[in-house]
Amino acid sequence: MNPESRKFHHPMMRIRRFEEKCAELYGEMKIRGFLHLYVGQEAIATGVMSVLTPEDGIITAYRDHGHALARGIPMREIMAEMFGKSEGCSGGRGGSMHLFHRASRFYGGSAIVGGGIPIAVGLALSDLLCKRKRVTACFFGEGAAAEGVFHESMNLAALWKVPVLFLCENNRYAMGTAIERELSRVDLTEKARTYGIPALRVDGMDVRAVAAETSRAVEQVRAGEGPFFLEFATYRFRAHSMYDPELYRNKEEVSEWKKRDPLLLEEQRLRDEFGFTDHDRMELEREVDREILESVRFAEAGTLEPVSALLSNVYKRGGAGWRTEG
Amino acid sequence: MANGRVRMTYREALRAGVREVLLREPLAFLMGEDVGRYGGSYAVTRDLLAEFGPERIRDTPLSEAAFTGAGIGAAIGGMRPIVEIMTVNFSLLALDQIVNHAATLLHMSGGQCNVPLVIRISTGAGRQLGAQHSHSFEGWFAHIPGLRIVAPATVEDARGMILSAVRDPDPVLIFEHMMLLGAEDEIPAAIQASDLDSARIRREGQDVSLITYGGSLFKALEAARVLASRGISAEVVDLRSLRPLDDRTVFGSVRKTGRAVIVDEGWRSGGISAEISARIGEHLFRNLRAPVGRVCTKEVPIPYPKHLEDEALPSVAEVVAVAEEQVRLHV
Repeated sequence: MNPESRKFHHPMMRIRRFEEKCAELYGEMKIRGFLHLYVGQEAIATGVMSVLTPEDGIITAYRDHGHALARGIPMREIMAEMFGKSEGCSGGRGGSMHLFHRASRFYGGSAIVGGGIPIAVGLALSDLLCKRKRVTACFFGEGAAAEGVFHESMNLAALWKVPVLFLCENNRYAMGTAIERELSRVDLTEKARTYGIPALRVDGMDVRAVAAETSRAVEQVRAGEGPFFLEFATYRFRAHSMYDPELYRNKEEVSEWKKRDPLLLEEQRLRDEFGFTDHDRMELEREVDREILESVRFAEAGTLEPVSALLSNVYKRGGAGWRTEG
Repeated sequence: MANGRVRMTYREALRAGVREVLLREPLAFLMGEDVGRYGGSYAVTRDLLAEFGPERIRDTPLSEAAFTGAGIGAAIGGMRPIVEIMTVNFSLLALDQIVNHAATLLHMSGGQCNVPLVIRISTGAGRQLGAQHSHSFEGWFAHIPGLRIVAPATVEDARGMILSAVRDPDPVLIFEHMMLLGAEDEIPAAIQASDLDSARIRREGQDVSLITYGGSLFKALEAARVLASRGISAEVVDLRSLRPLDDRTVFGSVRKTGRAVIVDEGWRSGGISAEISARIGEHLFRNLRAPVGRVCTKEVPIPYPKHLEDEALPSVAEVVAVAEEQVRLHV
């Protein structure tokens, strides 16, 4: 395969095809619950993860498949989690919105908007106190900027100069509410700067821009200069979740944004500058398809946790918390 | 110090416990509103800043959700954070972090992410602080799987429980009743950890079990003395832990006496007293010689005037009256 396409194109393609497969499996009732697809936003997770080290920590929200894949959590474990199987990366207990993988320092997966942000601040605080040169990457959407805890956390992070990288994926809609209908001032970087946090707006559809700007920001955070805030301008091509009839936006807007599809942009760049061919494209598709099919087979063959284990993992120390007379 | 024992207040015991944790556990640190320079809203953490420095005694902004969440994150990151939430009333601002995050992460991650976080919270009414500074929500928190809820009522537990809490791999909420801060007792000079999941019989008796915890323990003990003077022998059970509930100790006492009166500063409806009563009904129906009695806070926001606040809260006289009524039934 074209070696340059390995860098960004292949990881983005993995996410895109994985998500499409998930939508299909949802239709077949293999995946249930909420399913929030990342289609359109792949450049952000891919670009950011490309510059993090294995020691860095990651906190994300409920639209988390892309981040998990880009971080390197095995696809089959993510798929098994979608199926609620024991082999899933969260043992089947979490599901789509709660992907965890301690070995990758991937700490989920919060389904409460903004809920993960102070946890990221604390994770970064632990690195500061232990004098570890790590960065905590904290992903959230622009909708989180309306939550009180967003502002509390920005203030605390800046006050204590913790090594956290705030990564705001501005896809313009908090579920169905457009940013202009939600925020009195729509410049998110301005909010961060108010707290004394350096902030930058980045084209979230251009994976190389994402990687380059994140790399600079990470360097600064790792050097001990405190938090950094990146706002990525992006768009989600699919509905908010599988239940969303998309009454709040028009098709023209969606198709306008699709012209800036991050995969198309990167593929064009590969063709223009790195000799990417139709044959490379075919090879790439085939490899990704194989991995996805294998992950589905793995998930299908996975085991359902016995109901006798229902009360496990409520307390690490064991027990269900209510001591009843034996 | 005499015979290896020391006399101290509940407040001093809380401080001694936190201090001991910080001495023994290098990964432990304390954060909360005014815990440092101010010395703690209730002076529990006075002088700790000078001894341990600003890295480990961290004053926070008034951001309960953020610093509680930061405690969760630091715990995941390998630290042993102690978060102080000034009063239980303010803990509501951190409810999402406590209930949706601290209590669920271990489960949602399939056992990968435990949260060894200690949250100290002062609780209770009795100082005419009005409706928004007088809540008792420990029973609410005891509803949540994933949390451990303890309520030290004695000076020894005030010092010893935090030592076990900080070593526990799961989130532990310690509810410290503000009316106990000045209570004094003589306890062993050697600092020892107190367990987090058993109830204790604080006074033995034969006729009726008074089941309580936290700030109501001393009301129950006083009621037992009054009852004794009237020829009724009351046993007093200090629950100590509200989650898990130590059914064995509670049931053992009620089996013996055949009568139970629950004293709880929470409201009656849907409270922890209802849970305890239900369990006794479910398991000891045939052992009961009287219906389970309850003395709880009246169903009203706590009023400011002293006489109305006193009337709203459980009183010794009420406990005595309910217990006497039970014994009089002679079933």
